[in-house]
Amino acid sequence: MTLEANSHTLPTLDGRAGNLRPFLEWLARRAEPLTITLFAILIGLALFSMFIALIGKSPIALFQLMYAGGFGTWFSIQNSLSRAAPLLLTALCVALPARLGLVVIGAEGAVVLGGVAGAAIALPLVGGAPPPLVWLFMALAGMLVGAIWIGLTGLLRHNRGVNETIASLLLAYIAIALMNHLIEGPLRDPASLNKPSTAPLPPDYMLGSIPGMDVHWGLAVGIVACIASWVLIEATSFGFAARIAGGNVRAAQIQGLAVGKLIVGFTALAGCFAGLAGTIEVAAVQGSANGSLAAGYGYTGILVAFLARHNPLAIIPVAILLGGIDASGGLIQRRMGLPDATVLVLQGTLFIVILFCETFYGRFRIFNPDLWKRSA
Amino acid sequence: MDGTGIGIWGVPLAVFAGAIRVSTPFIFVSLGEAITERSGRINLGLEGTLVFGAMIAYAVAVITLSPWLGVLAAMAAGACFGLTHGFICKFPKVNDIAIGIAMMQLGLGLAFFLGKPFIQPAAPKLPAIPFGGWSDLPQIQAALNINALFLIGAALALFLWWAFRNTRTGLILRVVGDSSDAARAMGLNPDTVRLLATATGGALAAIGGAYLSLYYPGSWNEGISSGQGLMAVALVIFARWNPIGCFLAALLFGGAGALGPALQSVGVTKGYYLFYAAPYMLTLVIMIATSSPTRSLAGAPGALSITK
Repeated sequence: MTLEANSHTLPTLDGRAGNLRPFLEWLARRAEPLTITLFAILIGLALFSMFIALIGKSPIALFQLMYAGGFGTWFSIQNSLSRAAPLLLTALCVALPARLGLVVIGAEGAVVLGGVAGAAIALPLVGGAPPPLVWLFMALAGMLVGAIWIGLTGLLRHNRGVNETIASLLLAYIAIALMNHLIEGPLRDPASLNKPSTAPLPPDYMLGSIPGMDVHWGLAVGIVACIASWVLIEATSFGFAARIAGGNVRAAQIQGLAVGKLIVGFTALAGCFAGLAGTIEVAAVQGSANGSLAAGYGYTGILVAFLARHNPLAIIPVAILLGGIDASGGLIQRRMGLPDATVLVLQGTLFIVILFCETFYGRFRIFNPDLWKRSA
Repeated sequence: MDGTGIGIWGVPLAVFAGAIRVSTPFIFVSLGEAITERSGRINLGLEGTLVFGAMIAYAVAVITLSPWLGVLAAMAAGACFGLTHGFICKFPKVNDIAIGIAMMQLGLGLAFFLGKPFIQPAAPKLPAIPFGGWSDLPQIQAALNINALFLIGAALALFLWWAFRNTRTGLILRVVGDSSDAARAMGLNPDTVRLLATATGGALAAIGGAYLSLYYPGSWNEGISSGQGLMAVALVIFARWNPIGCFLAALLFGGAGALGPALQSVGVTKGYYLFYAAPYMLTLVIMIATSSPTRSLAGAPGALSITK
C-alpha cells in the first residue's frame, strides 16, 4: 500500500518535465513578441546602416554617437528620460484604441490643444491660487480637451462609420490651425514678438524636477499612466471587454457588450493622456503654449505604440529608447554633419520592418505550445 | 472700387484661380489613390510619396535644369515607394493602413534628409499656358495662367473614367478590388495586380509633389505639403472612387484652400489661421456626411479595408 502510494508521488524525471511544461508554454508565448521585435529591430538597424554607408558615413560611428547622446552619460540619460515623458502618454493614445482594433494617429492634435487649454486655464489663476491647485486645473483642462478631441474620432467611428485614422489626422491639422489662431490672437502675449505664444507661467508655477534628477515630473506621470492602463486592460472587465471587441466586433455585440461605449470611452481616455502630455510640456518645459507644442511627439508616439505591440508596460522601455534616439539627434547633426532628419529615417525604417515582421507571428513552431505535441 | 480695378470681385476670382492652382496636387494624388483603392488596397503613405516626389523633382530640376526631367524622376521614385508598399502588404497579417503610416514617415524622413542641400538653389519652373492674354486686367491674366500639369490631370481623370469602364485593365482592376476570390477564380493574381496598382498610384502622387516644388508654391522646403496626400485619401472616398469625381472634389478642396489667402488679400485678416483649417474641416464634414455605420459605401471596392 504505502509502497504503491510512494511510487505515485515519487517525482520522476518525466514528471518533472511535466511540471515544467506550463512554465515553458508561458515562456514560449511571451518569447514570441520579444524575439520577433528584437529580430525586426536588428534588421531595421542593418538596413539603416546600409543607407548611412551608401551616403559615405560610418554607421558604427553613428551608432556610437547615438549611444553617447542618448545613454552615454548621466546627463544624456536624463535628457532621454525627459524626452520619453511625453512619448509615454502619446503612445498610450495610440495603444489604447488599438486594443479595440482602431488605428488612431492624431495624438498630435490632442497634444497641442491640451497644451493650449492648460495655459489658458492657468494664466487667470496664477497669483491667486497655490501652484499645486493650478497644476491640477491645468491637468484637468488638458485631459478634458484631449478626451473631447480624440473621443470625437471614436464617436464618429461608431455612430457614423467614419474611418478613425483619417478623421483623427484631419482633426490634428484642425487642432494645429486652432492653436495658431489662439496663440496669434485671443491668447497672445503682446511681449512675444518673433514666436507668438501665450503669457509665460511664472517660475514658481513651473512643474519641477523629480528629486535627485534633472527630469520633470511628467516622466513619473507617464509611467503611472502606463501602469494604470496595463491594469485596466489586463485586470478589469472593461479591459477584457475591449480585448474581445478588438478581436471580433460581431462576437462582442452578440455577447451583449456595449461596443459603442467601449469605443468612445477608450478613445476619450486615449485623448486624456495625449492632452495631459501637452499640458505637461507647457507646465514643465515650454512655460507657455506656443508652436513648439507641435514638435511631433504625437507621431513618434505612433511608432512607440507599434514597437511595444500596444502593451502599456512595454511602452515604458520603448519610449525611453526612442527618447534617447531623439535626444541624440543634435549630437549626430553637430559631430557627423548629418541632417536632423537622420532620426526620422531611422524611425521610418524601424517602423516598416517591425510591421513587416508581423507576418512571422505564428509561423515558428517553437513559440506555439499547441504544436509541440505534433512535432514530438 | 479700389485701385486694382475689380475690388471685391477679386475674392471669387482669387478663389477660382486658387482652386486651379491648389487643386493640381490633389488631382494627381487622388487619381493615384483611386487606382490603388480600386484594386482593393489602401495606401496612406502617399503623403510621404508626395513630399519625396517634390524633393526629387526639385533636386533633378536643379541639377539638369529641366523641370520635366524632374517630374519623370519623381514618378520613378514614387513608383518605387508604391512597389515597396505593395510588396510588403503582399505578406499575410501585414496591415496596409499601418504600413502606409510607416511609409509616410520614411518618405518624409528621406525627403528631409536628402533634400537638405536643395533648400537654397533655385530650380527652373514648370511652364504655364497664359489663357488670360485677351484681358487687360492683371488679375485675370494671373488667374488664367494655367499650368500644363493641371490640364494633364484633367485629361487623365477623363481617361481613367473611361478606362475603368471600357478596358480590360480597368475590368481586371475592379474584379481584384471587389473580391480576391473572384479574381483568383478568373486566373488573376490579386497580389500582382495590387502591386502594379500601388506602384501606379505612387507614381501619380509623386507628380503632385513635383507640381508643388516646381510650380506652386515653387520651392523645396520641409513644410511644402500640409497633408494633401492624406486628404486625397478622404477625397477619393468622397468621390466614390470615380476619377471625374476626384477631379471635381480636388477643385472644391483647392477652392477651400484658396479662401483664406484670397480674403487676406482684400484685407480680411481676422481669424486668418482658422481659414487654414478650412480644407480639413471640409474634408471631415464630407467624410461625416458620406459615411454610414450600417451599409458599405456605394461604389466601394469590396476588398478595401478602410470601408469595412
